[in-house]
Amino acid sequence: MSAHDPVELAAARPDFAAIAAWIPKGASVLDLGCGDGSLLRFLRDTREVRGYGVEISDANIVTCIKNGVNVIQDDLDTGLSGFETLSFDYVILSQTLQAIRHTEALVQEILRVGRAGIVSFPNFGYWQNRLRILQGKMPVSSELPYQWYDTPNVHLCTLNDFEDFCGKQKIQILDRRVMKGETEVKVLPNLLGSSAVYRFQRSS
Amino acid sequence: MKSLGIVNAQRAIFDTPLKFLSGAELPRYELVYETYGTLNADKSNAILVCHALSGNHHVAGHYADSPKNLGWWDNMVGPGKPIDTERFFVIGLNNLGGCHGSTGPSSINPETGKPYGASFPVVTVEDWVESQARLADQLGIKQFAAVLGGSLGGMQAMQWSLSFPERVRHVLVIAAAPHLTAENIAFNDVARNAILTDPDFHGGDFYQHNVVPKRGLRLARMLGHITYLSDDAMADKFGRSLRAGKLGFTYDIEFEIESYLRYQGDKFAAHFDANTYLLMTKALDYFDPARNFDGNLDKAFAVARANFLVMSFTTDWRFSPERSRAIVQALLHNRLNVSYAEISSTHGHDSFLMQDKHYHEVMRAYLNRIAIEVSA
Repeated sequence: MSAHDPVELAAARPDFAAIAAWIPKGASVLDLGCGDGSLLRFLRDTREVRGYGVEISDANIVTCIKNGVNVIQDDLDTGLSGFETLSFDYVILSQTLQAIRHTEALVQEILRVGRAGIVSFPNFGYWQNRLRILQGKMPVSSELPYQWYDTPNVHLCTLNDFEDFCGKQKIQILDRRVMKGETEVKVLPNLLGSSAVYRFQRSS
Repeated sequence: MKSLGIVNAQRAIFDTPLKFLSGAELPRYELVYETYGTLNADKSNAILVCHALSGNHHVAGHYADSPKNLGWWDNMVGPGKPIDTERFFVIGLNNLGGCHGSTGPSSINPETGKPYGASFPVVTVEDWVESQARLADQLGIKQFAAVLGGSLGGMQAMQWSLSFPERVRHVLVIAAAPHLTAENIAFNDVARNAILTDPDFHGGDFYQHNVVPKRGLRLARMLGHITYLSDDAMADKFGRSLRAGKLGFTYDIEFEIESYLRYQGDKFAAHFDANTYLLMTKALDYFDPARNFDGNLDKAFAVARANFLVMSFTTDWRFSPERSRAIVQALLHNRLNVSYAEISSTHGHDSFLMQDKHYHEVMRAYLNRIAIEVSA
């Protein structure tokens, strides 16, 4: 199996499969903080999307180009002014929300540029994270792999926090998928889920 | 990394009149060019490299009789290099109006037996692209795998996607702009004025007087050169260093930067044609694909079909990243495939000619994709 085999990728990044399941074939997609372009490539190979990624890191720009996906080098914290209103079916923010400085502004921009938004993020309310805090230490895990002093994460939140935030921002949550690794979590998601993916749109 | 080794210039002759955007016509003209690598059987692996203001057809390698005269982009073009001549058939040409062998103001007008001089038509980027397409016709190339260039060369690459949308698969626009700003035109006008007011210019017909407007050309180049560098790069390289180590209280060359600029000016004035310089700066000033669309660049790119790679350099203030982002936006608005890389570099506008690891990695990655696509 190649490093970019869709099956292998879906296993390595369980949020990919959840995101792909929500995106209709041939949709247009903007992936913010697209990293090495794996998600866009996955969506292109499985959903035939027309997509662009936005990424700030030099190394990731090269990898995106190698992956054959369109990538625009830019800083998400300076906004999406280069993108026209409602120019994409979906704007995706995959495992990036927690590293954004101006969260409110960016989420509003997502819903200006896209007809709907998808975000995935690590759940800070996951029981193992809570346990680490109770032990008097900052959580470090596969979802939160950084030490407190070198983390790019500035806005970590729990599922409840995010849902409250959506309420205040007049954002309607359309779907939610909570996971522990590759397994979907249905019971006590804010305690037992290590990450989540949401699909949302502007409240009508 | 190895270079191409010995290369040779070739000459293409065109007898079909070329009508310029200005309305002028040239009944016959010649273009000198070089090619590197091998054109594959289905002629799908050709890349056209367009040159900037002072460039020419000698892109890579060296001539048998001057081993030190490496092509101007030898670090980018060659076997195993980002523009890999083992996979691509690369063409470099000297643009019409140039002074390195293609028909230009210093060439003899067969109708008069004298150099064209002031009578040589003002050439636009559109005219160049038309003439380049005719060269492609002669070489049997229906569609380029890529057309690319930096600065004014990037403008030609862009124009290819507009003039001949079906004849170019990929366009690489490096350190360019959708049009010059007023400030940029101002720099060009000062440079032109230096030449036009040189008493040796003789209204462009200095050839008959056996003189060259060296002072003007030298000043033009000195000014241009300042704008191609960055403040930081100049500070790093020269700072306030004095050649004599102390103040001389004269108007002679004292600071190292003065010495450097004058050297660059002299070197340039010794071999470059003043009329070509005027013509190149005018082509820069005139380039503005949005002009026919009420200034709307989105509409200008509506005909484009190519895939794009746009690149800019952080310290380039002559063609700033902001200008490249304007191109990217227009391409996005037209839903064209585009990638954009903003390269951190200290070398200002000249960065596009420099060997930089990340810059070359981006180029290599993108060109590798093209090679796979055209099975080169």
